[in-house]
Amino acid sequence: MTNAPITPEPAIRVRAIEKSYKELRVLRGVDFDVEPGTIFALLGSNGAGKTTMVKILSTLLSPDAGSASVNGFDVAAHAERVRESISLTGQFAAVDEILSGRENLVLVARLRHLKDPGQAADDLLARFNLSEAASRKVSAYSGGMRRRLDIAMSLIGQPEVIFLDEPTTGLDPEARIEVWQVIQELAKRGTTVLLTTQYLDEAEQLADRIAILHQGRIIANGTLAELKQLLPPAKVEYVEKQPTLEDIFLALVGNEGKVASSKEQS
Amino acid sequence: MSTHFFGDTAVLLGRSMRHIFRSADTIITTAITPIALMLLFVYVFGGAIKTGTENYVNYLLPGIMLIAIASGIAYTAVRLFTDMKSGIFERFHSMPIARSSVLWAHVLTSMVANGISLVIIVLVALLMGFRTSASLLSWLAIIGILALFTLALTWLAIIAGLTAKSVDGAGGFSYPLIFLPFISSAFVPTATMPGPVRAFAENQPVTSIVNTIQDLYEQRPIGSDIWVALAWCLGILVLAYFFAVAAFRRKIS
Repeated sequence: MTNAPITPEPAIRVRAIEKSYKELRVLRGVDFDVEPGTIFALLGSNGAGKTTMVKILSTLLSPDAGSASVNGFDVAAHAERVRESISLTGQFAAVDEILSGRENLVLVARLRHLKDPGQAADDLLARFNLSEAASRKVSAYSGGMRRRLDIAMSLIGQPEVIFLDEPTTGLDPEARIEVWQVIQELAKRGTTVLLTTQYLDEAEQLADRIAILHQGRIIANGTLAELKQLLPPAKVEYVEKQPTLEDIFLALVGNEGKVASSKEQS
Repeated sequence: MSTHFFGDTAVLLGRSMRHIFRSADTIITTAITPIALMLLFVYVFGGAIKTGTENYVNYLLPGIMLIAIASGIAYTAVRLFTDMKSGIFERFHSMPIARSSVLWAHVLTSMVANGISLVIIVLVALLMGFRTSASLLSWLAIIGILALFTLALTWLAIIAGLTAKSVDGAGGFSYPLIFLPFISSAFVPTATMPGPVRAFAENQPVTSIVNTIQDLYEQRPIGSDIWVALAWCLGILVLAYFFAVAAFRRKIS
């Protein structure tokens, strides 16, 4: 084998990561790779350790054992380089309530040491449909707007890798679809996305690869098609296709662009 | 890592100063309670209190200022706690910034906010008859001691903000500190107090600070009080800083 295929360095590499909180062993040897420019979903129920994994990768927690690297940098040895490569959108929209939307973006742009923080903020406000609300205090924003702003803040400085920890938890269906569109657009531009979710349909819609984290270990990891093969072949059954409540809700609320795009995806 | 320390701290200081100016109530409440106490003591109780000085406003102003600082730092703990809860703390920490600047920004904000409320209090005291012939040097010494006291208590507040389980816990830790000036020489001379209370009053940090500040603006010779006051402030500062940094390390490891 002289011509072995050249595999690109993974954007995220996780090897035998363990982490305990006192007695509780949250991660018990986790391994996975994420290829650059792909969307990787870490699926698991509440308390499965998804957030802990994301915190380790974003240098907020150090693992008890094992190693991890992001964008080629080891999270323990080169935490600073990792932080330059990533952006974290946590479980709760981490926005400053007292500042306006624009001020939030400028704040992050300044902390990322960009040359023109104002321009970066205005570009993202336009891209996320927030220009009109730019000067309003974030405490007056809706949940969806807050989440959009939160994600916009994560895009400042164009990090190579983005962690999204349960990005759609607590959002209404329309806002959820908006967030999905943003995530898909990110991957199209070449950003690597690691997303955690407890919603199966979210992983199914978005992810190139899905890993299931259960009791501190990855118990399955593959594309949707590969995961489907883990079960016995599909049976053919005839079922009347009823609209889902989501279809009905979106049709009645009537935001046409969004309904169309949700159908595209499903 | 530290190349951005000053820039990052300045940006984050700007952020918390906006918080303060947009919720002006935090400055007003920190200034208004001490002012109300000052009115109460001067115009209600003051006539019955014998301090051996003619000007009671002069006598009680240092104690009032210390109460203002003790209640002002509670907001620092609450602001830090809110940052931790809202996730913005984690956002900052996952960014390529100097991590300690997140804490220092809160510390500097506390210094500025307390400074503003002290200026308001001194202005009201002037209206009520506070008079001093203190020299510029004495004023600088007074400002220095008050700043040191604020810094020491602010680091205590940082511990509370980092370790509290609830927002009430974060703010509530300062109540004993607010109470301390009452059991000191701040409002009445300690000589009138019964034995054990007097012993406590004369050996707790507030009394030495109050006496020093009074001596400084009354242009009296300064006794050993100033060294006791400085020792207390520096001692509290070093201990609080040590525990705050330890608590911070635990949070981010």
